[in-house]
Amino acid sequence: MSVVGSELYRLDRLLVWQGFKQLAPIGMFVAAFGAAFGLAATQAGLADYTTLTMSMMVFTGTAQFAVLDLWGPELPLFSILLTVFAINSRHLLMGATLYPWLRHLPPAKRYGVMLVVSDANWAMAMQSFNRKQPGLGIILGGGIALWIYWLLGTLIGVYLGNIISNPKAFGIDMVMGCFILALVLDSKKSLNTYIIWAVAASTSLLAYWYLPENSHIMVGAIAGGIAGTLISEKAMAGEDNDEL
Amino acid sequence: MSFNATGLTIFGVILAMALVTLATRWGGVFAMSFVPLSPRVQRFIHAMSGSVLIALLAPLAVAGDTAARLALLTTAGVMLLLKKPLLAITCGVIAAALFRYF
Repeated sequence: MSVVGSELYRLDRLLVWQGFKQLAPIGMFVAAFGAAFGLAATQAGLADYTTLTMSMMVFTGTAQFAVLDLWGPELPLFSILLTVFAINSRHLLMGATLYPWLRHLPPAKRYGVMLVVSDANWAMAMQSFNRKQPGLGIILGGGIALWIYWLLGTLIGVYLGNIISNPKAFGIDMVMGCFILALVLDSKKSLNTYIIWAVAASTSLLAYWYLPENSHIMVGAIAGGIAGTLISEKAMAGEDNDEL
Repeated sequence: MSFNATGLTIFGVILAMALVTLATRWGGVFAMSFVPLSPRVQRFIHAMSGSVLIALLAPLAVAGDTAARLALLTTAGVMLLLKKPLLAITCGVIAAALFRYF
């Protein structure tokens, strides 16, 4: 069976630079989000260097915000780590979806690229792969851009203070949602796509309402994946029998 | 398990957070290296990649506040009319901000 994309897994300096530039505009929003985090962290009583160390080492917006609620004179390690894992478990899915291209790289590069994977650069890379264009440069270069903006934003939030005292008032909490929606609307769609999306949307909503917090992305994504497998098998019945 | 927040334990907690996050960034790739990439698995991955985004959006659109819904609606509108992602995002964010302001 065909290898996914002939040379789409390419990764060189030019592609990384292009990825960097491609994510730089959205980085401005990420910086605003980072500033909001810096400020919220300061208000939650974190020392400046603690906040900056966290943004530098953990580099994960939503989970860092969530942890602030748990931060105090006593640090509940297990709750903190569970929250971080639950919110970031979507990275597991991202890694799995990137594997068809990553597997062509030697392990050091493969895992090196994944150091900076996050929502925006992953979504943009997948869009690029779907258009038969290389995407790993977007993950790495774009990820580095996002990391820099996230750190700069945190720094601004910590030191310059009250610009963004309430990120919600400025709609900044909606940046990632709007970004993802724009990408989704920009992608190629078929009838199958809509069926898969309907399954993903309804299962994620059910999980959101009835299952433990933060499980909805995992549930919706896996249900959508299964739906995709079943639909294509029906559509291709009798055509290709090259299954394992 | 709780720790008093001293310089060292704070750094330890951040380090643990970083390691857990790294495990999620690496775990999916690592797990997939044990799964043969059959056509069926490739279809699963392909369908899953779009579904991640939808699963993220659906609760935001259905269970979010009015400002959140207005932001998404504005983004969708601008996107369908003008096909300019960055403009669509900006308009969406501004819509949420304006709604919350008034």
